[in-house]
Amino acid sequence: MSHDFRLNCPVPAAGPATIQIGHGGGGRMMRSLLDRLFFPAFSNERLDTKHDSAVMRIGAQRVAFTTDSYVVSPLFFPGGDIGKLAVYGTVNDLAMAGARPAYLSAGFILEEGLPIKTLEAVVGSMRDAARVAGVELVTGDTKVVDRGKGDGIFVNTAGLGIVPNGVEISPQRIRPGDAVVLSGDLGRHGIAIMSVRASLGFETAIESDCAPLWQPVSTLLGAEIAIHCLRDLTRGGLASALNEIALDASVSITIEETSVPVCEPVVAACEVLGLDPLYVANEGRFVAFIPPQHVERALEILRENALTADARVIGVVDDRGQSVVRARGPLGNLRIVDLLSGEQLPRIC
Amino acid sequence: MKYVDEYRDARAARELMRAIRAAVTRPWKIMEVCGGQTHAIVRFGIDEMLSGQVTLIHGPGCPVCVTPLETLDKAIAIASRPGVILCSFGDMLRVPGSDGDLFAVKSRGGDVRVVYSPLDALAVARANPAREVVFFAVGFETTAPANAMAAYQARRLGMRNFSILVSQVLVPPAIEAILSSPDCQVDAFLAAGHVCTIMGVEEYVPIAEKHRAPIVVAGFEPLDILQGVHMCVRQLEEGRAQVENQYTRSVRADGNRQARKMIREVFQVVSRKWRGIGEIQHSGLGLRPEYATLDAEKRFGVESMVADESHECVSGLILQGLKKPVECPAFGTRCTPETPLGATMVSSEGACAAYFRYRREAAAAAARINQRT
Repeated sequence: MSHDFRLNCPVPAAGPATIQIGHGGGGRMMRSLLDRLFFPAFSNERLDTKHDSAVMRIGAQRVAFTTDSYVVSPLFFPGGDIGKLAVYGTVNDLAMAGARPAYLSAGFILEEGLPIKTLEAVVGSMRDAARVAGVELVTGDTKVVDRGKGDGIFVNTAGLGIVPNGVEISPQRIRPGDAVVLSGDLGRHGIAIMSVRASLGFETAIESDCAPLWQPVSTLLGAEIAIHCLRDLTRGGLASALNEIALDASVSITIEETSVPVCEPVVAACEVLGLDPLYVANEGRFVAFIPPQHVERALEILRENALTADARVIGVVDDRGQSVVRARGPLGNLRIVDLLSGEQLPRIC
Repeated sequence: MKYVDEYRDARAARELMRAIRAAVTRPWKIMEVCGGQTHAIVRFGIDEMLSGQVTLIHGPGCPVCVTPLETLDKAIAIASRPGVILCSFGDMLRVPGSDGDLFAVKSRGGDVRVVYSPLDALAVARANPAREVVFFAVGFETTAPANAMAAYQARRLGMRNFSILVSQVLVPPAIEAILSSPDCQVDAFLAAGHVCTIMGVEEYVPIAEKHRAPIVVAGFEPLDILQGVHMCVRQLEEGRAQVENQYTRSVRADGNRQARKMIREVFQVVSRKWRGIGEIQHSGLGLRPEYATLDAEKRFGVESMVADESHECVSGLILQGLKKPVECPAFGTRCTPETPLGATMVSSEGACAAYFRYRREAAAAAARINQRT
């Protein structure tokens, strides 16, 4: 070793000047884009609740309104396809506001050269998914871009839902002591997608958990469970959802890592790929924040539904003021469960 | 899950802790030289469990963190050329070079692709015969056999559009360099289990003897690390300085002969610069002369690129175990994963990133103390 150690590193340029993949990863980069650009630009009472859907009153009726775009690659994967995702993803955002999904719009951005048969398969899948979710696809739009300027199909859907009277679900309603209930095991969607990405080449029997969530939510509401907040777990996984909630509700949350269900093939894939299941994407799971006196009944109800049969309490809301998510590990230590910077990156070794 | 759950068992961990406590008569300092172990230590709170008995020091065990700035600049320069596809392991993409990172190159239109295996990069080259495909070969001895295999196959297949940017480093010379430093505070080492799975344990024997420092080859799960620490402590207390193998379920004394043969076929030992530390003699691998046509530095004329590292960041001290991440005044304030001052904050295996990710509160408290003093 040379004796003139150079004990230093460079100072890189501050924040990126161009949009990077990480800005869409559901992590800190995306949060910063929202906080610095979108929220200040469009600020209003409904947007500022930062919930999955905006809830408004139109005449005597409260409605929830939301939108989402789907750019998944590949278009077809074990357990689903882009069409099914585009329906379930948006109806789930409505359900997370306690709204019964009613109507959807669909915008298609198609790449020149896309086989019509592929589009037919996606549209057929959307039709079936809409039927299952109990929504009507009532308006739409189609655009075609030059070859090379899209990835086959991009889909945007917007959804309108009806919020029953008396239902108030938002991060701001969360109280210290609320139980954090997770509806099922983690990571199936993310691992299913990774297993079919061309570059990875590992095999797994795992299928995406892609599913509509209104039914279990509606059963809870019907049983008068006082749900304070709901959040579906999508990209960025459980960890990102809890961090968003902690920030928006100004509370800390502690989860017991050993209580979080992850099935063995997902654990195995995560071990091999160097991923943390807490951050892997899901498309049919949610967390519910429920006051302690209602938890037992809520679990009974959820466990009667096949989709949420594995529901359990994984943590608790601690206190106000801070916005930190912590996990108690298998050896009893508490660690921070942070927002990732951008996408979760596979490790070298 | 088998091979995971039993190595995270709380009761067994408590028993090992009791054994360590019973054996320790004075505070020892043990360094791990593996990013995976650093990650596990901080995530499972093993350093906190051992507090007061043993101090764990996080050495230069993250290949991303020790990749020199100029090598990153070379990768960025090559990836920015039209017609080039640069293939890399994922966690190299966010490491800052002198001016931006590979993600920024990608967002400006460069073709940068994440691969899990160097053989995937070879497949990319086969599928794109009109493009130059470069594989960014980073890592310790663990990645060397597969990287060597890619070079071996490319040469055998006579592929003209494939080359390799090599930044391959070796663990034993780094341990030797740290033990030779006059500031060295390390009493014993945990050697990296997967490095030894490839290379075996023999090359550590003369180092342990020469420097009177126990070296225990250990795995990555909490119980592996605790058992490794216990084995180090026993040696220290008994005045022994030997090489022992805790990770017997993976490591054989002579390693993986096939893999070593492939490394020797393609690579030769060269001196390499370590980011934040400086040049260490015979501490890396470079392509043998027979493979020189696959050398991306030569092909793209970037051999002479040099980069001056600034004097802002103390990651060099951290990589040598002379400072803890929370002792850096910039930690968690001016230096975060989004605005990293050094590579140890970028890579998921870097010591600073591990502390930031799992110990932000301790970090904030330390930052307040740093600001007051």
